[in-house]
Amino acid sequence: MSMIDIKVAAVEQVTPLVKHFTFVKQDGSPFPAFSGGSHVVVSMNVGGRVHRNPYSLMGSPVDTEAYHISVRKQEQSRGGSVFMHESVEVGTSLQITYPVNLFSLAKKAHKHILIAGGIGITPFMSQLVDLNRLNSNFELHYAFRSPEHGAFAAQLKAICNDKLHCYADSKNERIDLIDLLSKQPLGIHVYVCGPNPMVVAVIEAARNLGWPENHIHSEQFLSPGIGEPFKIQLAKSNIEVHVPAEMSMLEAIEAAGVDADYLCRGGVCGRCEVNVLESDGALLHHDHFLTDAEKASGKKIMPCVSRARCDRLVLDL
Amino acid sequence: MALAFKQETFRNDYKYSNSPSAIKRFPFPFAEDQYMYSVNIEPHVKGKQGTVCEFPFDVDEHYVAECLDKQITLDLDRGRYAVLPHMMDAQWDFVELTMEALSNDYPEHFSLKKDGLNWTWENKPLNIKQSFVFGDASTMPMDPFEFMSRQVQGDFVLLDQRDETLYADGGFVTSQADWSLAFNVGMSWREWHAPVPRATELGVMDRALKYLLNLQLGSPVRRLNWTMTVNPRLDTSPENYPLWGTERNTVNPENVADKVHLRVELQSLFRLPRSNAIVFSIRCYLMSLKELSSYPRWAKRLHRVQKTMHPDLIEYKGMTKFHPMMVEWLSKFDDGSAMDVGTQPE
Ligand code: HEM
Ligand code: FES
Repeated sequence: MSMIDIKVAAVEQVTPLVKHFTFVKQDGSPFPAFSGGSHVVVSMNVGGRVHRNPYSLMGSPVDTEAYHISVRKQEQSRGGSVFMHESVEVGTSLQITYPVNLFSLAKKAHKHILIAGGIGITPFMSQLVDLNRLNSNFELHYAFRSPEHGAFAAQLKAICNDKLHCYADSKNERIDLIDLLSKQPLGIHVYVCGPNPMVVAVIEAARNLGWPENHIHSEQFLSPGIGEPFKIQLAKSNIEVHVPAEMSMLEAIEAAGVDADYLCRGGVCGRCEVNVLESDGALLHHDHFLTDAEKASGKKIMPCVSRARCDRLVLDL
Repeated sequence: MALAFKQETFRNDYKYSNSPSAIKRFPFPFAEDQYMYSVNIEPHVKGKQGTVCEFPFDVDEHYVAECLDKQITLDLDRGRYAVLPHMMDAQWDFVELTMEALSNDYPEHFSLKKDGLNWTWENKPLNIKQSFVFGDASTMPMDPFEFMSRQVQGDFVLLDQRDETLYADGGFVTSQADWSLAFNVGMSWREWHAPVPRATELGVMDRALKYLLNLQLGSPVRRLNWTMTVNPRLDTSPENYPLWGTERNTVNPENVADKVHLRVELQSLFRLPRSNAIVFSIRCYLMSLKELSSYPRWAKRLHRVQKTMHPDLIEYKGMTKFHPMMVEWLSKFDDGSAMDVGTQPE
């Protein structure tokens, strides 16, 4: 996979839990432009272990001088976000992937309803620039814990004016999803990014109101599941790999020196799909890619997010 | 090194040939003795110097003649160019991709100067110089996509990605192997591949689509497709079938080696940055059986491939009329001995 060498040009504490990082290319050349909703995967070497976390690009898609990401410090972090908060400073060198968009705007929509919860605002920041540039019709609904956690609210106000609707949990303000989604005519697309319960609530509300499936868009980066340690056998490489509690299967396979395919590392793209040759226990599928039938068959697994509870698991790798 | 561009025609008198070096670099597609559809997609990485994959877009001795032929075809039928309104970002992405590639890789023929959004493009072989504001279509003499499609060899399709599939929402198509842009615009992956025999049953199409949906910026991919064309004709479109379909009847055992051409499409796909669309580039290479046989290894391989060709493919690729004559002519190069895997000429 092609990677881009970057260095950190600026770090800003935006809210008590969120830091904003500005990246520039190490060789000083411009970045590629990108499309709103794109993310990059940042590689971090944390005490000899490589973490790869996806972060939405939140700058303007046409700004090729710098890329911007924001990182929320996860309370139960596996290390990536803590590393970004505590060890990354101006001048730090990192590697990122080229932008990938798994949350793109529907170009033919008549109107776009964007619903963000907390740090889930980040993919919308770049989408808003595209929507404004293309003169599209949209509304942004942004929910956060309390005003001090409403990262970027002022910046958003400037971009969106009266299209921005804010909801602070601390003031008991809630998005009335049924009201919001039932008032919409045809040709509207809804996008949600935020904590899992919010994403589920939006998808369910839209479905119940009869929205077509392809008009409902969500992005959740599943943080690779923390779980019990287990062992896997790689048939082609003929080795056994121990997957510790805090590592994903994909990370453990890579650490063992085996080249495995991946793209999103978040259970949505399908690239890392691998055949299960044998297993004597339960596969814990955490991805959004395999169909329910494929998951039930026990013949396939996505090692970037999924795990297993068994004594023996043989993969076709 | 500056290329010498040849004066050629791809219709009427068919004044077309390959120089010895063009034959040597021809993208011969058959690594094995038998051919069947497969998901033959690989990263479009830089190839060895002089090969057709050295650069993202290959410019060769036929460049000027092919661009002229594009113009003739388009003048006769404006329907060969079409693009839907939501693909404007993709049009500019295409302009950036092709201008940057050509000016980087062939600086003696093309140049691009940028001053912020004020760009100046110069194409010396075609004698074009254009200053414009990147992103502002009103500063271009025509659609940005059409402007650059006229200046790069091959056909181009702009694909929008939505609903887990790809839609052909724009195209500049003047050298297609018997398929129609007018028919395909706005169609989805499954719809336009529906006529292809056997591939669906083999699962080729579903797997290829899955792969393309994940296509990444900065990591283009490519594959080769092929057919056999009578006379070195680029425009073998269904619209003009009456003009070229009957030429298949003119093949006889005496002229088969001059008339029948191996037509190879170097197809490459690039994810585009601003639009998240994909551009599908279909670059056509033509070489007569006689030219091909200057490398007997290729003639021997082609004999085996054609002799064992699935009847559905002979029919689908329109080879029925001249297939036996072609196999007969190629047979004299085949001594029956085993061949190593590989596409190399010698
Ligand atoms: C995404 C861009 C692509 C477009 C727009 C496209 C379009 C087409 C069209 C229009 C045809 C002719 C169908 C007909 O007879 O009417 C065709 C044929 C075919 N396509 Fe694609 N295609 C694309 C990519 C691919 C890829 C990546 C594969 C990889 C497996 C593929 C495999 C084939 C095959 C095997 C045929 C039959 C060709 C022959 O035997 O001559 N296509 N394609
Ligand atoms: S890497 Fe994308 S699903 Fe696993």
